Amino acid sequence: MARYSIFGLAANALSGHRRWRPTWRDAPPRAAYDLVIVGGGGHGLATAYYLAKVHGIRNVAVVERGWIGGGNAGRNTTIIRSNYGLEGNTAFYEWSMKLWEGLEQDLNYNTMVSQRGVLNLCHSDGQRDAFARRGNAMRLNGVAAELLDRDGVRKLAPFLNFDQGRFPIQGGLLQRRGGTARHDAVVWGYARGASDRGVDIIQNCEVTGFVRAADGSIAGVETTRGRIGARKVGLATAGSSSRLAAMAGLRLPIESHVLQAFVSEALKPVIPGVITFGAGHFYISQSDKGGLVFGGDIDGYNSYASRGNLPVVEDVCEGGMAIMPMIGRARLLRSWGGVCDMTMDGSPIIDHTPVEGLYLNAGWCYGGFKATPASGWCFAHLLAKDEPHPTAAAYRLDRFRKGRLIDEKGVGAQPNLH
Amino acid sequence: MRINCPYCGDRDAQEFVYRGDAAPVRPPTLEGSGDEGVFDYVYLRDNPAGPMREYWYHANGCRNWLVAARDSLSHEISAVALARDGVP
Repeated sequence: MARYSIFGLAANALSGHRRWRPTWRDAPPRAAYDLVIVGGGGHGLATAYYLAKVHGIRNVAVVERGWIGGGNAGRNTTIIRSNYGLEGNTAFYEWSMKLWEGLEQDLNYNTMVSQRGVLNLCHSDGQRDAFARRGNAMRLNGVAAELLDRDGVRKLAPFLNFDQGRFPIQGGLLQRRGGTARHDAVVWGYARGASDRGVDIIQNCEVTGFVRAADGSIAGVETTRGRIGARKVGLATAGSSSRLAAMAGLRLPIESHVLQAFVSEALKPVIPGVITFGAGHFYISQSDKGGLVFGGDIDGYNSYASRGNLPVVEDVCEGGMAIMPMIGRARLLRSWGGVCDMTMDGSPIIDHTPVEGLYLNAGWCYGGFKATPASGWCFAHLLAKDEPHPTAAAYRLDRFRKGRLIDEKGVGAQPNLH
Repeated sequence: MRINCPYCGDRDAQEFVYRGDAAPVRPPTLEGSGDEGVFDYVYLRDNPAGPMREYWYHANGCRNWLVAARDSLSHEISAVALARDGVP
């Protein structure tokens, strides 16, 4: 596959852009592979890419029910950050951030990583203390964080409603290295990198069951395009993890919930980075195209519908108007919903399953996009070496049984509150 | 979504608080059921894609606990009953 470069772009421009080749191969399924990844989203494709690149395992297929990047990889709000406070999370998300920082050079693909800063607003002494603690935990782990006072926030975002009656802004926690990336480009970039190294990307291929060997271990998958043999199968199907696991007779500590997101008409640049108003269920950034991309909480009830209900639309817009009244005249262009794997502690799972040969990458709640590179890296490590990657060693499936939860929000086994 | 509360009538779902799948049953005595029973009840879910029964609390209404039969794929609610009468 040709490397993308300024010279290639110029050559293609001079030839009228008629010589561009497809970015990656849309492959038909073969009878068997060493390894099958189920789910052609960012996580599945990143896993295949790192399997081929880092571990030299290239006899791999990624099977996708629809088209690649058509699920949650295409429905998120594109935020990247590593501002986590708990052991088990901080190092993992920082590893992801480091991979983001080198991703474009690594993939030779413009994923539009833009480190424009992520600012979490706080509105009370208690919330500021919690932010100070989280910021300190980050700094102890080598992740830069700044605790801003009211004036510090005002310098960054003077348009906020600082004296809003119920939630006056007291300050904020800023991670300058956080920001946004182009979600579709991430999918295509990983697909291209994996495809280049021999990975088959098979679309319109829904897994309908697992093939089991006589000893009960996994021997492949049954799909709508026939049986595909494999020594190992990795699930990267967040949103539908329970459905896939049920085909192998497993129950997971996961509920599927719907999260809505919104985009306004395109405006001139007004929002400098990512701003979150957690107390009011609202967060926002501005895309390079100019649209305000924002969202809030999950709807709160189990759903596989990929669409939400109006009360949350109202709640999110109220949150936006409360903290950022200037956006009130902007017109909402679109809203959509994605199905999230909500775990019982709000943290993901990258682990073996009790079924030999079946591996699980699941439970990304509403925060999977930022984790895409490290999730792929660590899942590939697990699949290749049969042992967890050190930065993902806490994301075990049995942590719920053993009481080793990673509950950033501290709300317990109540998935709709995480 | 609208929920037809047996006591208040047809109301917006916004008035209700969601408490999740009604299928898990609390072990009668936590001590007697062993770790497995508690683990199963607290953490594991069938998480069905399709019809399920779930608890809703009418917080901004009659404050009854309800059980609704709802489809997680379509959001259609086919039946609602008071939870105190048992999960149908």
